[in-house]
Amino acid sequence: MKKLLSIVLSAAMLAAVCSGCGTKTNDEAGTDTGNTIKIGVFEPTTGENGGGGVQEVLGIRYAKSLRDSVTIDGTEYKIELVEVDNQSDKTAAVTAAQSLVSSGVKAVLGSYGSGVSIAAGSTFRDAQIPAVGVSCTNPQVTAGNDWYFRVCFLDPFQGTVMANYAGVTSGFKKAAVICQNGDDYSTGLASYFKNAFKGDIVYEGTYNTNESDFNAILTAAKAANPDVIFCPSSIATAGLVIKQARELGIECAIMAGDTWENETIIQNAGADNCKGVTFSTFFDENDPAAAEFVTGFKAYLNADKQNLKLNGNSDGVAAVSALGYDAYNVVLDAIERAQSTDTTAIRDALTQSDSVGITGPLSFDENGDAQKDMAYIKTIEDGKFKFIGTQKTDGAFTPVE
Amino acid sequence: MDAFLQNCLNGISIGSSYALIAIGYTMVYGILRLINFAHGDIFMMAGYFMIIAMTDLMLPWYVSVILVILATVLLGVFTEKLAYKPLRSAPRMSIMISAIGVSYLLQNLATYLFSALPKSYPTIGFLSQKIVIGNISTSLVTFITPILTILLVVGLVLLVNKTKVGMAMRAVSKDFETAQLMGIKINNVISMTFVIGSALAAIGSILYFTPRTQVYPLAGSLPGLKCFVAAVFGGIGSVPGALLGGFLIGLCETFIKAGRFSEFSDAFTFVILIVVLLFRPTGLFGEKISEKV
Amino acid sequence: MKKSTKAICSLAAIAVLAAVIFYAGTLPTTSMFRTTFQMASIYALLAVSMNMLNGVTGQFSLGQAGFMTLGAYTYAILTIPVAARPNVYYLYGVAPWLENLILPIPVALIISGLVAALFAALIGAPVLRLKSDYFAIATLGFAEVVRIVVASSWLNTITNGSLGLNNIPSFKSYYSTFGVVIICIAIMGLIKNSTYGRSFKAIRDDEIAAEAMGINLAKTKLLSFVISSFFAGIGGALLAMYLKAVSATTFTLATATYYILLMVVIGGMGSISGSIIASFLVIFSKEWWLRFLDSPAYIGSFQVPLLRSGFRMVIFSIVLMVVVLFFRKGIMGDKEITWDGIHRLFTAKKKKREVSDDAR
Repeated sequence: MKKLLSIVLSAAMLAAVCSGCGTKTNDEAGTDTGNTIKIGVFEPTTGENGGGGVQEVLGIRYAKSLRDSVTIDGTEYKIELVEVDNQSDKTAAVTAAQSLVSSGVKAVLGSYGSGVSIAAGSTFRDAQIPAVGVSCTNPQVTAGNDWYFRVCFLDPFQGTVMANYAGVTSGFKKAAVICQNGDDYSTGLASYFKNAFKGDIVYEGTYNTNESDFNAILTAAKAANPDVIFCPSSIATAGLVIKQARELGIECAIMAGDTWENETIIQNAGADNCKGVTFSTFFDENDPAAAEFVTGFKAYLNADKQNLKLNGNSDGVAAVSALGYDAYNVVLDAIERAQSTDTTAIRDALTQSDSVGITGPLSFDENGDAQKDMAYIKTIEDGKFKFIGTQKTDGAFTPVE
Repeated sequence: MDAFLQNCLNGISIGSSYALIAIGYTMVYGILRLINFAHGDIFMMAGYFMIIAMTDLMLPWYVSVILVILATVLLGVFTEKLAYKPLRSAPRMSIMISAIGVSYLLQNLATYLFSALPKSYPTIGFLSQKIVIGNISTSLVTFITPILTILLVVGLVLLVNKTKVGMAMRAVSKDFETAQLMGIKINNVISMTFVIGSALAAIGSILYFTPRTQVYPLAGSLPGLKCFVAAVFGGIGSVPGALLGGFLIGLCETFIKAGRFSEFSDAFTFVILIVVLLFRPTGLFGEKISEKV
Repeated sequence: MKKSTKAICSLAAIAVLAAVIFYAGTLPTTSMFRTTFQMASIYALLAVSMNMLNGVTGQFSLGQAGFMTLGAYTYAILTIPVAARPNVYYLYGVAPWLENLILPIPVALIISGLVAALFAALIGAPVLRLKSDYFAIATLGFAEVVRIVVASSWLNTITNGSLGLNNIPSFKSYYSTFGVVIICIAIMGLIKNSTYGRSFKAIRDDEIAAEAMGINLAKTKLLSFVISSFFAGIGGALLAMYLKAVSATTFTLATATYYILLMVVIGGMGSISGSIIASFLVIFSKEWWLRFLDSPAYIGSFQVPLLRSGFRMVIFSIVLMVVVLFFRKGIMGDKEITWDGIHRLFTAKKKKREVSDDAR
């Protein structure tokens, strides 16, 4: 018993030492909110989704470089971005979210990847901090959470759009669906695709996280002789699937969701193998409405070698960067409309958003989801992304002129 | 039928790269009675060495391959000298924790140095050529892997059975202390084991990563465990056993993945491990080792 | 040291601990100390539970992550509010028998421990026959199998398959977690000092001698395995409560088993107090004090070298290696903190005069 007590003592001593630092940090957080407003950037910069997360951060940083203050009641408030890395990991995401909350942010942007956003959602809700999802497309992110919004479309929408594009627009009859076990984005999107696809699903396969050998699954898929393979996956997986499928002699179309708009996929799979790869995304850089953003953002990327490197050694504008830009502006608009730094006021102002961003309308429905009605369909040709048209859920396809 | 043949080919190919790594486990265990948890991560580091050599330094592939083997061997021997040798007289648990520590360190170091994002693995032109036989289509590396593996294993078996070094190795694995009394330089033999194990892991990594095109810090962790299972399955301490174990694990895995239970392919490997350990701890070819008291 | 002095010291220690916990509870929810303190206490429980088997009994298991997953899932399945279930199981739906099954938090906690213990009992009997490193690798294999099966599509309507569970409720009061942790560690402390605990240590020191002394090896090892897994299950449930969400990839070999092993080794194999100190040190440094290591820092315009994402974990693994190689005993060896020990530490440094007094 004595021993136990002594253990307790040592823990107590240790804790006492720590508590000193604890209060200090809080004071700091309290003092420097004078004329700045902190906005949290909750993105993966490492881990499975690190590549996409970084591109979102770039979009957000660019948005800040254009607009770095808001005026509330005649006082100018500087915006300060607090960036944390959620490591594409649900467990790390909760602590990362907690550290954002501790640093006293008034709103949060992010994340890329739905799993981390779902995991951190309740942390933001409990701390009453509004969060604006950038490209987390799973319905779970905003469902039942009044504090989470998002500027992108949802998986049921995207799955239906792709099923329509494959089934109605392209006239494919037989589809094989491959998805990643343990990933909300991949499994969700695959199952919405299956529900909406008009033809037959001839093969369904799942693979585990960090799988690198798809030969067996693809051989089985090939045996079913599909017209199209639908394989929503992370960027890392995409290159492998495409390359291994083509090596096995699978020549049919391969389709996926928004994650595939990343140049590293073409680099990893080889330009020749990527022929016939099609996916849906949020935005196109040739859209005239976004021309100003695209030129500005390209200049921003080219101004700094580091930025170019983070963007995958290319000055192509990723859809997620554009979404990041929109998310930042939506939050700043809300703060200005609220004329307050109170998080509840900002949240209420967000529900009233009705602007149109470079990725389409930015008004939120009762769940907090942006009301988007179409997706941009892109394909890969000669090692380049090519915008071919927009697809709606009712099957209407508008090819690009 | 086509699918069956295709799966056989894939299974044997992946099985042979497993075998090359499994040999590293089996030899170290045979001599030190240590599960070298870090072996899978040394294999992963070999993948990164190749990227440094070919992508960053732009060396031709044959120079790169030699450099990668050398660097991996150095890393393996260095690990042994630094992390295992000081603990030779320590309890077995300490040395096992040390191996886990090295594995943890290598994974975190790789994350730090190369970031957690997968890096794309350089392609050696002729290895990625597509080959079509009837309805079976694959890349050249899938064909070469089993052939190269069998050649290496035959060479290794000859080395162990016919040469003096091999004899010393067998002696050390039979009885550590008596071997020492007979004038065998234990440390040299152990270093030699790590040299062979790491060199094979380096070759294995080239064959494994070429068709998979990407390396990330945890890329060695699961294959490492599977290869250990292959080594146990074949009988720990036995080189041909490791080869057979590798083939079997590779084939089973491929067929399970192709079938309806794809999500259980990894689970199956570990179930095999537990079953083998319980009912035939010596594996298929292992010698009966009585635990010394 | 006199008995009464010790009692006074102990009371003082309890008071200080209570004060610190209370103080942590009064901090705003945004406080880093408040959060990490709770997290560290949960890890302390996990480290002590691993230490019971690996350190005290000397059976080196790498299955901690598996038992944590079992505990976390059991807790989550039994407590997610009925109203939230359609939302959580949005893709596959929830099994009919589970739809309205909900248990109070304390009951669910105990059941999650029991489920982990049950699995330990089932696999323990055959697996514990294996010798040291084979036992380690077999438990590791078990943990992987648990992870895969939990996420498999067979269990879609129960575990929500690979999507994991969220909306996990936690205690209303911030202090309850500490209550659970303290009770659990106290129970393990008592076990360690009981007859059972002594037979555990006997097995660690020499199995054959222990058997000769009349200890039933199989039974005693199994007991230790089951106890350790029970508390690992509870620890997993507490973590699920803390994280509010759990999935099959939450507890893996690297993020759970190795991480906790790191604490056990730094604290000292076999020492409960060591494990507790180490888990507080490790969690506080990793989640809070050393966070700066991961972000680039500037002194003026000079960028401090090495600081970059991932550096924190490198430091931790190096510390682990240094401890393993040079301070094999860790902070405490297999000793515990006692008043006598502390007393001796101070008196030995001053003068040796009170030694005789001390012994009484």
